[in-house]
Amino acid sequence: MTRQDKITRAFKQVGTRPPRPDGIDKVTGRAMYGADMTAPGMLWGKVLRSPHAHARIRSIDTSAAEALEGVKAVVTGADFTLPEDDFYRDVAVNCMAQDAALYDGHAVAAVAAVSEAVAKAALKLIKVEYEVLPHVIDVDAAMTTGAPVVQPGRAYENVPEGMSENVTSHCEFGHGDLAAGFAKADVIVERSFRTAATHQGYIEPHACLASMGGDGRADLWCCTQGQFHVREVCAEILGMESSQLRVTASEIGGGFGGKTTVFIEPVALALSRKAGRPVKIVMKRDEVFRATGPTVHSSIDVKIGMTRDGRITAGEAHLRYSGGAFPCGTVDMGAQSAFAAYDLDAVRTFGWNAMTNRPKEAAYRAPGAPQAIYAVESVVDELCQKLGLDPLDVRILNAARKGTKSAYGPTFDEIGLLATLEAAKAHPHYTAPLGPNQGRGLSCGFWFNFGGNTCVTMNLAFDGTVTITEGNPDIGGSRASISLMAAEELGIPYDKVRTIVADTASIGHNDITDGSRVTFSVGLAAIEAARDAIAKMCARVAKIWGIDPDAVEWKDGAVHPSGPNAGKFPPMTLAEIAATSPNTGGPIAGHYEVNADGAGVSFGVHLVDVEVDPETGATKVLRYTVFQDAGKAVHPDYVEGQMQGGAVQGIGWALNEEYIYGEDGRLQNPGFLDYRVPVASDLPEIETVILEIPNPGHPYGVRGVGETPIVPPLAAISNAVSRAAGVRLTELPMSPPRILKALSAQG
Amino acid sequence: MKTIPVSTRVNGDSVEFLCAPEETLLDALRNRLGLTGAKEGCGSGDCGACSVLVDGRLVCACLVLAAEAEGAEIATVEGMAEGERLHPLQRHFIDSAALQCGVCTPGILVAAKALLDHNPDPSDEEVRYWLAGNLCRCTGYDKIVRAVQSAAAEMRGA
Repeated sequence: MTRQDKITRAFKQVGTRPPRPDGIDKVTGRAMYGADMTAPGMLWGKVLRSPHAHARIRSIDTSAAEALEGVKAVVTGADFTLPEDDFYRDVAVNCMAQDAALYDGHAVAAVAAVSEAVAKAALKLIKVEYEVLPHVIDVDAAMTTGAPVVQPGRAYENVPEGMSENVTSHCEFGHGDLAAGFAKADVIVERSFRTAATHQGYIEPHACLASMGGDGRADLWCCTQGQFHVREVCAEILGMESSQLRVTASEIGGGFGGKTTVFIEPVALALSRKAGRPVKIVMKRDEVFRATGPTVHSSIDVKIGMTRDGRITAGEAHLRYSGGAFPCGTVDMGAQSAFAAYDLDAVRTFGWNAMTNRPKEAAYRAPGAPQAIYAVESVVDELCQKLGLDPLDVRILNAARKGTKSAYGPTFDEIGLLATLEAAKAHPHYTAPLGPNQGRGLSCGFWFNFGGNTCVTMNLAFDGTVTITEGNPDIGGSRASISLMAAEELGIPYDKVRTIVADTASIGHNDITDGSRVTFSVGLAAIEAARDAIAKMCARVAKIWGIDPDAVEWKDGAVHPSGPNAGKFPPMTLAEIAATSPNTGGPIAGHYEVNADGAGVSFGVHLVDVEVDPETGATKVLRYTVFQDAGKAVHPDYVEGQMQGGAVQGIGWALNEEYIYGEDGRLQNPGFLDYRVPVASDLPEIETVILEIPNPGHPYGVRGVGETPIVPPLAAISNAVSRAAGVRLTELPMSPPRILKALSAQG
Repeated sequence: MKTIPVSTRVNGDSVEFLCAPEETLLDALRNRLGLTGAKEGCGSGDCGACSVLVDGRLVCACLVLAAEAEGAEIATVEGMAEGERLHPLQRHFIDSAALQCGVCTPGILVAAKALLDHNPDPSDEEVRYWLAGNLCRCTGYDKIVRAVQSAAAEMRGA
């Protein structure tokens, strides 16, 4: 994509709020989600899971289960050929344990039977002989020499003396002279923080329906954020060629990053292959909590120096993350994003990942960033308190801007951080009075955003309507925004465009719906596909008029003669061109394929007021305002929706949500009663302010908006609670017992 | 396994089915009657995605036995629209962008309708407390509360 220096286009449709195309299906119950599909002759699959946090699997006897009437197939680790590549092998081993169960809930066997009840009964007949091994749950404990080793042979090659072989990676980012920077500081604050693992908490459990024929060809229907990724991973695990597996993404009932990998899909395919019948697997909620993607949990040290007038002189962070029982690279993103909001001369971050006996981490909205930025923004707030400085002024003074060499390396282009901070400063929320036991907090947030492989086809029907075929499941209203951008480019009404999400056999590869990439990349590709179709329409009309293709132009949905020598012709509309296309060369389609870059980073600022009850330690969120740069808000309703939804997930993370393990290493709260996500009565209105600082990497200036909003709430609420309670909180979630403990420790 | 014959009415239609003694109403609706609008999010009554009305009472269909539906009048999301004409709540949920992934939407619509049936003019706080049993992970509830209020206003003729 060429750099767009100034986007001055006056939009006619982009920026409006038409109804979403999937709306009627979703309010009437007609929309088909993962668990809603059935097939003739379908069997029900069920997965047996380890009750131990860590155990060697000595033997599995499936004979009694196989003998049960109605059981059609049983699979264990022995039914999977492990891929050689580490990435695919880890996914395969996570889907079905091989010689060891690595966490409570790890799959060890699965059955397919004529009914759910028979499948359930069969699971009870499978005899697994375990040798229970010592386990480790906490990241700091896991990094220490002598800790139980989760998986031998996976250690980082340069693990220093004194660290366990659970340590799988190390990273370092930053620039400048830290010692010199700290020497310039008037005040230095150094603190340690901890954050609990949280779950994405999508309401729809994982579900899939697999059907493999005797010829080795297969169809898979599943709820996923990326059908092409599912195809590649499953093909690799099952030893198939990708083209023999067609994956169709159902409507998706929430993902937030957690549906960017596979859990039950290869299992259902293996069962279907063995049984010769379609197999459906639907997870129960406790399986979702025990065996699918929580975030990393973390332990972080941050040290920041500041001058009396609020200039940050140096920043340093040490991040220890655990992505569960497998190597995990999320700490790299934490280490890169920790200080992204600041323009610093001296900054350094160090990251470590260590394996623990927990489920394999899956992405969760801006993976790695909320934890790191929580720690940094807490220390910045404490420095402001110590120096008596306004926390917004200090952030404005130190804010990264265009030309800043970021803490993770690249130099920033056009970014919206300063505008966002200034909008927060000017907002009435910032100066509203506070009552007793109330506090106000704020935090910046950041996410890189991503582009990636994208492929879009646009087909014109003879009646002048348009279908966009794309390959990214719609998790935030993207079909509406892609239709809007295509309609804008073509100059036809929004309701003449239908965007559909195609299966893996119907369009070229598209990367997963992740990295806030879809509105940016698929939107960009849809605009370019429209331009491709427009060029073809112009050529057709020029041919009809008998003039040079350069002598026509596209304007307001029609081809017009252009220039003094073009001649006088009445404009030909898209509908007229489409209707006559059989006589002018056949159907008209536009295509665009790209590995998009230029996604444009995203910044946000959150302001929150809370009240802390000193008797119970309970925190009530009183007022919440989100400020974020969207580049260009294509459909503002859904930009606001991302800002509000992300903020509320962050509120849950800050106040309630956590994975709680017993001494036995088993998850104690695998349900929505004990893993409590925010409910409507916990929350105030979430006010939103959209800033639009165009992204030069997109034809309309669009930036991804989906991930940044989960980043600021952790520190914003911790800063508000700390100010309300008069004591600095350093551990998430800030559940009532933790707040009471902090209050009583303070005396 | 012994099955139980059940005669009931769903969205105004008489239906009969056989079910297992331990089978939930949710499983019977989804797997026997093909009404997949109600969703299983938790199976323990904590998320509200399977909310339906049984004789006008709002329940989680995952906590009701299918056999208990005998002789009852059941209402699900599939019965909210009259033909092509959407219920005002359905229309306002679309117009106010009160749904994203939409998997909680059927349950929330059924619950919101139950609220407005007995309290046509709720405060925001009443809406929030009434819907506290319905989890939504996408929207942060803000636009849901507004959609319920605008639908309520329209239904009151305000």
